[in-house]
Amino acid sequence: MIKCRSHLLAAVGGLGVLVACTGSGEAPQEGSGYGLGRPATEAQVKAWDIDVSPTGEGLPPGRGTVEEGGKVFAAKCASCHGPTGVEGPADRLVGGRGTLATAKPIKTVGSYWPYSTTLYDYIHRAMPYNTPQSLKPDEVYAVVAWILHRNGIIPEDAVMDATTLPGVQMPNRRGFLPDSRPDVKGE
Amino acid sequence: MKKEGMAEPQREPSRNSPDNKEPTRSSKGIALDRRKFLTAAASLVGMAAAQAVIPSLHAEAPSSPPVPDDPTRVPGAPPTPYGQRAGFEQATRLPGTSHSLTPLQTLHGIVTPAALHFERHHNGVPTIDPARHRLLIHGLVGRSRTFTMDDLKRFPAVSRLAFIECAGNSAGEWREARGQTAQQTHGLTSTSEWTGVALATVLREVGLKLEATWMLAEGSDAAAMTRSIPLAPVMDEALLCYAQNGEALRPEQGYPLRLLLPGWEGNACIKWLRRLKLGNAPFMTREETSHYTDLMPNGIARQFTFVMEAKSVITAPSGGQQLRAGFVEIRGLAWSGRGRVTKVEVSTDGGRIWRGARLQEPVLPKCHTRFRFPWQWKGREAILMSRCTDETGYMQPSREDLIAVRGFNSVYHYNAIQSWKVARDGSVSNDQV
Repeated sequence: MIKCRSHLLAAVGGLGVLVACTGSGEAPQEGSGYGLGRPATEAQVKAWDIDVSPTGEGLPPGRGTVEEGGKVFAAKCASCHGPTGVEGPADRLVGGRGTLATAKPIKTVGSYWPYSTTLYDYIHRAMPYNTPQSLKPDEVYAVVAWILHRNGIIPEDAVMDATTLPGVQMPNRRGFLPDSRPDVKGE
Repeated sequence: MKKEGMAEPQREPSRNSPDNKEPTRSSKGIALDRRKFLTAAASLVGMAAAQAVIPSLHAEAPSSPPVPDDPTRVPGAPPTPYGQRAGFEQATRLPGTSHSLTPLQTLHGIVTPAALHFERHHNGVPTIDPARHRLLIHGLVGRSRTFTMDDLKRFPAVSRLAFIECAGNSAGEWREARGQTAQQTHGLTSTSEWTGVALATVLREVGLKLEATWMLAEGSDAAAMTRSIPLAPVMDEALLCYAQNGEALRPEQGYPLRLLLPGWEGNACIKWLRRLKLGNAPFMTREETSHYTDLMPNGIARQFTFVMEAKSVITAPSGGQQLRAGFVEIRGLAWSGRGRVTKVEVSTDGGRIWRGARLQEPVLPKCHTRFRFPWQWKGREAILMSRCTDETGYMQPSREDLIAVRGFNSVYHYNAIQSWKVARDGSVSNDQV
């Protein structure tokens, strides 16, 4: 995991001059410039700092089981994603393993998503579509558990929390490479 | 545009004709516009109310105002607090459920009117009070800070023209010639003059830590849209923008604040910007893993494909338009996310012979460039194509060459040469060569 991420970093970083060389990386004194803005309080940062990183940083306390997730999914997700996460009409969440190199790839959480933590981050920030950020941490962990289980990634008795979720290895974890364009040129 | 099956609010399908045929004018439309004319003559107080009413009437029945027989013999309309285009003009965006397309085939020059700039949003356009809006910058910085809009406008300002193109522009063209008009094939690109403060200026204010290499940008919309941005390649040009074409950003363009990364895919130019978090690795958000990644034929996807490569399209004559024999100025747009367009060539015979087009000044880096090519149409069948080259020497590829490398499933970043077929009757249609 670490190896691949540094690979990406190096590749994207190669697109431009390193920050350290631009002068902005010399960590100028805070507030040394225009004296604009004001220090953010810890409470302000905490209220907005909702992202979850691939290492699990940002995951809140709480836990959820596959069984609980099934109930939350049926009540709050199935109307758009279908009763089993396959039927839609919204993005298909389940299945599609082995299709990425075919003429009709099916990109789902199970077949395509490289990080389990992204599932928590996204469901918490943007779902359900009509009431985003309304699910409690236990509900988000539970829905995450149910979707991962339906994709055959975790067992039925698995419990998802801030410790277990980042440890879940996604099937398509190695399915991404950095930008290698320009790859096609005109005559 | 990738179809996203979200249960989005249903909107009425657009009744606006996407082509530029002569508009029809109904008697109902004239009646409505007489009303508009009367309100226009009313007091300024009445004007404010009229602002709220007239656009919806227009959306239902676009029409022309009452026209005097001789405009030199009647007084004209009084001044107005916020201008509108002539009532005869019909160009509109073509809205879908979560995007709308710019009518490239009816526009001139390089600047897209703000009202016609394409849209793409992931859970609607939020309503944000600029007085309450804050930008939080935290993470690997000397000290976390918040900025009001007033703070951001007090920093030294920067203006530049730049295109923004959705990564999914022309995505419908991978498999077949699907779009009927230039609006439908290429309408997810627009150019504006953007004004704001340089990202580097604001980051200096908070004191960037040496280990900070990536930045999470987050929007204040109902998708809380997030993308990870590598700092090194954007530090010279990224702007935090509050203005577009001289006035405040339009709501659908991120009012009151958006990120602009010139030359990079529109999705990364986070709108309704509320937070920048500095880190030392990408955050691997949903939009940069499960979406906005380019699946290759071997099942491996490319990630962080930010740059929009060189691309061009003939906007006139283009699909849905009608040619008349004689002189035709072939006109189009070319652009490159890697810098300036240095050359545009046009073919009228399906790519056998290419001739240089004239580039209209100004030719600016990472900006739409207008090209023109004089032509005589003699009533014979023709295939019109354009291809551009940018300052890195990259030339826009043929459709065949692009698909040979990327297959059909990468969704994003389709930049192949577009072909328009002119039939003997002068009709023009999308025809992939």
